[in-house]
Amino acid sequence: MGVKGHEKREVTALTKIDKDLLNDFYKTMVKIRFFEENIEKYFLAGEIPGFVHLYIGEEAVATGVCANLTRDDYIQSTHRGHGHTIAKGADVNRMMAEIFGKKTGHCKGKGGSMHIADFSVGMLGANGVVGGGYTLATGAALAIKMQKKDNVAVVFFGDGASNRGTFHEAANMAAAWKLPVIFVCENNEWASTTPYKTTTSVADIADRAVGYGMPGVIVDGNDVFAVYDAAKEAVERARQGGGPTLLEAKTYRIKGHFVGDPEMYRTREEVQERFDKNDPIKRFEKRVMDENLMSRNELDQIKEQVKKSIEEAVEYAKNSPYPDPEELFDDLYV
Amino acid sequence: MREITFSQATLEAMDEEMSRDERVFVMGEDIARQGGIFGQFKGLPEKFGYDRVKDTPITETAIIGAAVGAALAGMRPVADMHFADFMGVCMDEIFNQMAKIRYMFGGQTTVPVVVRAPDGLVNQAAAQHSQSIEAWFLHIPGLKVVTPSNPADAKGLLKSAIRDDNPVIYFENKVLFKQKGPVPEGEHLVPIGKANVVQEGKDVTIVSYSIMLHTAFKAAEILEKDGIRAEVIDLRTISPIDKDTILESVAKTKRLAVGHEAVKIGGVGAEIAAIVAEEGLDYLDAPILRFGAPYTPVPFSPPLEKAYMIRPEDIAEGIKRMF
Repeated sequence: MGVKGHEKREVTALTKIDKDLLNDFYKTMVKIRFFEENIEKYFLAGEIPGFVHLYIGEEAVATGVCANLTRDDYIQSTHRGHGHTIAKGADVNRMMAEIFGKKTGHCKGKGGSMHIADFSVGMLGANGVVGGGYTLATGAALAIKMQKKDNVAVVFFGDGASNRGTFHEAANMAAAWKLPVIFVCENNEWASTTPYKTTTSVADIADRAVGYGMPGVIVDGNDVFAVYDAAKEAVERARQGGGPTLLEAKTYRIKGHFVGDPEMYRTREEVQERFDKNDPIKRFEKRVMDENLMSRNELDQIKEQVKKSIEEAVEYAKNSPYPDPEELFDDLYV
Repeated sequence: MREITFSQATLEAMDEEMSRDERVFVMGEDIARQGGIFGQFKGLPEKFGYDRVKDTPITETAIIGAAVGAALAGMRPVADMHFADFMGVCMDEIFNQMAKIRYMFGGQTTVPVVVRAPDGLVNQAAAQHSQSIEAWFLHIPGLKVVTPSNPADAKGLLKSAIRDDNPVIYFENKVLFKQKGPVPEGEHLVPIGKANVVQEGKDVTIVSYSIMLHTAFKAAEILEKDGIRAEVIDLRTISPIDKDTILESVAKTKRLAVGHEAVKIGGVGAEIAAIVAEEGLDYLDAPILRFGAPYTPVPFSPPLEKAYMIRPEDIAEGIKRMF
């Protein structure tokens, strides 16, 4: 295993990928995209309270990783967690309702965007604390091992979060005990409003794996096939008792740190150029059409279907009631 | 009834609960091979194996985080903190994760974690190994906090804590570990949230818990000689506070004193005084008295440490002045 330095993944051949999976990849990525576009729209319209952080441009990471997981596998997510939650299979109506602060949301309106969870699909929670999820995922993996199951726990985090001590403490524990954890770093180059390169000791977060004796793998995070493939290897290793992997997906944050971020730290042009060149959805479309795996018509059909489901989710959220003030004290203690 | 130490009582609780429920396991620093600094885990790994009695890396952060994660995935972890003072290292995991997960996720899950935290002054362990920090956790909705004062409660509260589906912080006083007392064999549960009137009285109510309860008792003995009969309440649980028992007692005695080893300012005594001021002011014939440590870190040198401690005479003298 490459514990001496990180390993860079090459572009995957599509021959091993079946049609259902292709449909799923596309469906999940556009679902996340439409979901996020609607969140932005209704947040700016003042209909969504709180803070929201968008995942646009990073859809291939959650999609490629979660396509390897079953409902009984666990994920820990972040403040930028809508994509992970959707990719893990959470119901989008209840997600949208939660983000609108409604009673019908996954968390009955107690969590919102930054604290969303859907335990019914193994989504153990977004985390409002940057770097808060590593140790929890490690504990879920410890439980899996003690229960002699072959499930895995995935923790998503950003380049900025990789500087938290929690990363190092969890990575050591997971590796020392050979726990089935996959540490998925979404390196979107921005730690909030600070370029990660100005505050991080390594250019490749995957290099940190060496210190913990686990494989470190770098993958193009905007290529869903490459992400899927790399995650597959890490997930299989974890299921077979081979312990954790640090998977770094190189991507880029297209939107501001939060919706409403004036983004004084970079230019519109810079962002647009990156997006035009490297939109994971456009890259997917081009590749499947170039290789005659899916037609424009098939893609459009999926897109329309998904768009409709997200519009329905917005309607569901809008028409749902707010929680009653008496619910304030519910669910504090069992 | 047979007598065993506080430490043996906690060991018995662990043994019984781990035998009863295979989801219960314990992890912490130096607990398996060493048996815990106070011997409170001795013999457990031999009986339950080193997987269920786990020595961890030195990382309070990952110990609590992993306990929470394991609880979310169906286990019932007990996490040992070595010294309560080290809880500062993992406060995010305690107050932002463990305490909030059930509420902020709308009751989708439970977080049955017990955090064991040895606290208090012992052998001049000084500033970073002697503190009583229970009041911090009273301020955090979502946690329960228990503070046993004797071996029987140590067993009964630990068993209740392990069976509770909420996160529970279990403060066990380091000096009390060696104290012997009668402990029921087998099933013995002490309910969380219920105070214990350990001595009935009519003239003054003294509320205390953990090791300070013993100081309060000695104060009550001194007062007895002066014809003052104190009602002594062992709080047992500091969150949620059993205010009914306190208010009922104060309604009878008309006087209230509260004592704890922790710093007086911002302590549990402040909350109790506030509760009685809000809900029982009319009962009172004298101002409320609070006894707690001075507002300094715990000093090292023996005479300084001694000066830091509350003595039974301090409490007795203060109470005499209430009449």
